Amino acid sequence: MEDSTDRIAAPWGVRTPYGPGTPWPARTDTHLADGVAPDAVERWVQTASILHSDGDAMDIAVRDGRIVGVRGRAADRVNRGRLGPKDLYGWQANGSRDRLVRPLVRDATGRLTECDWDTAMDRIVSRARGLLDERGPGSIGFYTSGQLFLEEYYTLAVMARAGIGTNHLDGNTRLCTSTAAEALKETFGCDGQPGSYEDVDHADVIALFGHNMPETQPVLWMRVLDRLAGPRPPRLLCVDPRRTVVARHAAVHLAPRPGTNVALLNALLHEIIRTDRVDRAFVAAHTVGFDELARRVEPCTPAWAAGICDVPAAAVEEAAELLGGAERLLSTVLQGVYQSHQATAAAVQVNNLHLLRGMLGRPGAGLLQMNGQPTAQNTRECGANGDLPGFRNWQNDAHVADLARVWNVTPETIPHYAPPTHALQMFRYAEQGSLRMLWISGTNPAVSLPELSRIRAVLGQERLFTVVQDLFLTETAQLADVVLPAATWGEKTGTFTNADRTVHLSEQAVRPPGEARADLDIFLDFAARMDFRDKDGGPLVTWHDPESAFEAWKRCSAGRPCDYTGLSYGLLRGGSGVQWPCTPDDAPGGTARLYTDGVPWAHPDVCESYGKDLVTGAAVEPVEYRSLNPEGKAVIKAAAYVPPHEDVTPDHPLWLTTGRTLYHFHTRTKTGRAPQLAAAAPDVWAELSPDEARAHGLGEGDLVDVVSPRGAVRARLRVTPMRDGVVFLPFHYGYWDDPGRAPDADGGPGRAANETTVTDWDPVSKQPLFKTSVARVRLVERSDGTPAPAPTTAGSEPAAPEGVPPTVGGPDARVTHTTGEEGR
Amino acid sequence: MNGITLTLRALHHAERSLEKDLLGAAERHATEHEVHHVAKDLARWSREHAARLADTGGAYGLDLQEHGGRGPGALLSAVRERAAEALGHRPEPGLLLLHDLRELYLAASGVSLYWEMLAQAAQAAKDARLLEMASSCHPETLRQVRWANTHIKVLSPQILTGPL
Ligand code: SF4
Repeated sequence: MEDSTDRIAAPWGVRTPYGPGTPWPARTDTHLADGVAPDAVERWVQTASILHSDGDAMDIAVRDGRIVGVRGRAADRVNRGRLGPKDLYGWQANGSRDRLVRPLVRDATGRLTECDWDTAMDRIVSRARGLLDERGPGSIGFYTSGQLFLEEYYTLAVMARAGIGTNHLDGNTRLCTSTAAEALKETFGCDGQPGSYEDVDHADVIALFGHNMPETQPVLWMRVLDRLAGPRPPRLLCVDPRRTVVARHAAVHLAPRPGTNVALLNALLHEIIRTDRVDRAFVAAHTVGFDELARRVEPCTPAWAAGICDVPAAAVEEAAELLGGAERLLSTVLQGVYQSHQATAAAVQVNNLHLLRGMLGRPGAGLLQMNGQPTAQNTRECGANGDLPGFRNWQNDAHVADLARVWNVTPETIPHYAPPTHALQMFRYAEQGSLRMLWISGTNPAVSLPELSRIRAVLGQERLFTVVQDLFLTETAQLADVVLPAATWGEKTGTFTNADRTVHLSEQAVRPPGEARADLDIFLDFAARMDFRDKDGGPLVTWHDPESAFEAWKRCSAGRPCDYTGLSYGLLRGGSGVQWPCTPDDAPGGTARLYTDGVPWAHPDVCESYGKDLVTGAAVEPVEYRSLNPEGKAVIKAAAYVPPHEDVTPDHPLWLTTGRTLYHFHTRTKTGRAPQLAAAAPDVWAELSPDEARAHGLGEGDLVDVVSPRGAVRARLRVTPMRDGVVFLPFHYGYWDDPGRAPDADGGPGRAANETTVTDWDPVSKQPLFKTSVARVRLVERSDGTPAPAPTTAGSEPAAPEGVPPTVGGPDARVTHTTGEEGR
Repeated sequence: MNGITLTLRALHHAERSLEKDLLGAAERHATEHEVHHVAKDLARWSREHAARLADTGGAYGLDLQEHGGRGPGALLSAVRERAAEALGHRPEPGLLLLHDLRELYLAASGVSLYWEMLAQAAQAAKDARLLEMASSCHPETLRQVRWANTHIKVLSPQILTGPL
């Protein structure tokens, strides 16, 4: 059956209900440019989404050398043909007229001017060489993205760690997913998603902790909606201060005060233990640390948590009842936990919940520590963030030696005297002056990092040489010394891996504009110009294109948890996504779930990390880990609640929390250039609850300043059902499309939520806190009746719909969908 | 006054001064954000330890009450934070930070040894109350030690290898 839907107005499309234990029915979504009929498409080119961490498989429609639309891949395990709004419309940004088409360098007058590649690369190479001679490798840092491909991250990791020899390499995945990785390392000794998206098909209870799935991973939410519409639907638990779409579907909704997740989770664990919902056999066979946890949460009654979290004790009991009674429990965790106070400590308590209940390694008993960025998993595997490639342990000399063998360098070449430097520390080193060159690829820290006035000051320093590699002249690129025009998705080939370890191949469909180059080619060019050598004098980087880079990565991954040795471009081409580990002998078809039989990667000899103190972040030493966990079982780690570092005051009486929303993605570089997405959420807004708005004498559409101790944002107000005492700002509205809104020199209000956020991060995962700042709200101007520019379709649904026109996309937003396997 | 009361007094003093040192470091290094925030969290442990010691000390005839308010201190600390922010982009604060972390490590290690002494004495004297206090507070002191150690390890390569 073919039909069409306005997928701005109906973001999750039509339902295809299904029951527990049956496969998710296919539904193929197709969106083609206006006037392009399906039979006018010349080629369909295989790829997957990089606009969120679902990794939805899709085909790019090509005509006359241009991208003219997209279609979901019905055979794929992740999306079964469905696409989310960002997938359906986001591709149009590729063809924007303001793409960078030539390199730029800053000239003598301080202006960025066009040049050729040789000029730009020479400038980078001569600066890098000079710094290496004068100041050593610690003066050079790399800050990459969550949107490049595996081959690119791996090449970058080899080049930075063994070529330059710097410890300063991280991704913006630090903002989005480092807590997921850290929480998995703390509990299982190693990164790697335990569960599978297929667990949605089997679960009887789904608990979403700080995870606004309908907006961050709309296709996975379609799967949940289809279960909810089918026979014997799962019951949902939602933990979120806002009344999100999840909350509206939940059996129990807890809206805790920001920054109190650990207290809430400790109370839930208290109840699980008190009511004896513990799977004793599982705990005895597969874990260490239960007694300590039981002792720690003993005083954490629902009444105790109610006082801290400001939720009714009865609701906590109800939630615990739901979790305790589940037979197949699926939990998912995202930014409400990861970007909040005590991020890792809280995420680890969700792991503990699953260990206590024995909910691991079988269908429906799933644990998904989610990713925010789409290719975040690859930065982690490849060591382009705070890990060594292949989940190797920097504290384990044997692992470093093994990596040195793979790269044919001496172990001393690879910095491993301390953990790889995290992004915020790199910016600190730059601020301090010890880091003098920062190469930023595919990300936009001038909008995405906390406390933007500080970030602008750091990037604007004379002594810091900044290279920015991107598609557009972003807010960050405008501050750079050299700007390199990059090719993007659809214009280059590579692989990437989603949040449940599914690897997809993304093929080049069209040529990049002008002289833009694939990120891989840029890195390879740099490596060649720097003449990086291995220990025998041969070239350090031995590959020359995506497929040979992939083969090199496979050798690096061999024998490690993220083993790719069974994968190849040939296997992925034409087929569907495959979950690692995938090995030729043991798992040729990939691996749906980890920990189906014990927790092998926690063994002291193989684990990726010995863990950290959940409050202080201090590293656990190898000897200590060995005595704590000699056999390598899962570690149950207790954590005490610690009050947030910033607290409300009479001057700043509200908690400020920020978040991603349905129609925009990472600094809107692409989504802001897709007409349907930009029109659906054209501008920043602020949200208050009805009571809070009333107390402030404010109403829908009023223009307000949200003021924190760091800065201010000017936005129109949306009055929406959420908890009192909190103001919400959608993040990542910047300045490229509205330069006049930039904050003035004396600290006038801006447009980007991060003008206000605090520079503070979780001491364990080093993920910055974007959810727990404090603020006040001040009226600037009454509304003339115009409502806030916030969409009505999702979390920002107005409390009183009168006078607020519903968000629609119109004819250009119509998407056809075909249900059934014959979809393609 | 016997050895135990002497130790209680010395320990109380050491915890109070560790708290002060932690808060002082947090103020001086307002632009070293992790140190700034976590040192304040760690100071809370020392404050709690001192309060428990004062409480317990009472039973041994010791008067270890809190001395002095925090009024003028708060003002001074605000001034120091501002100054730290202004200085925060010069290279020298790196060396100052390492120095301060080293001092914190030593101070916390000193506290840890007192707890060790107290726990040993409590066992010999079969004093369950003291032993319970020592075994619940001492692990937190050790975590303070490890925290300083971790930061010294992480920061030294960058701060000590660059040109000064
Ligand atoms: S220390 Fe932890 S377990 Fe104990 S009361 Fe506090 S939060 Fe609960």
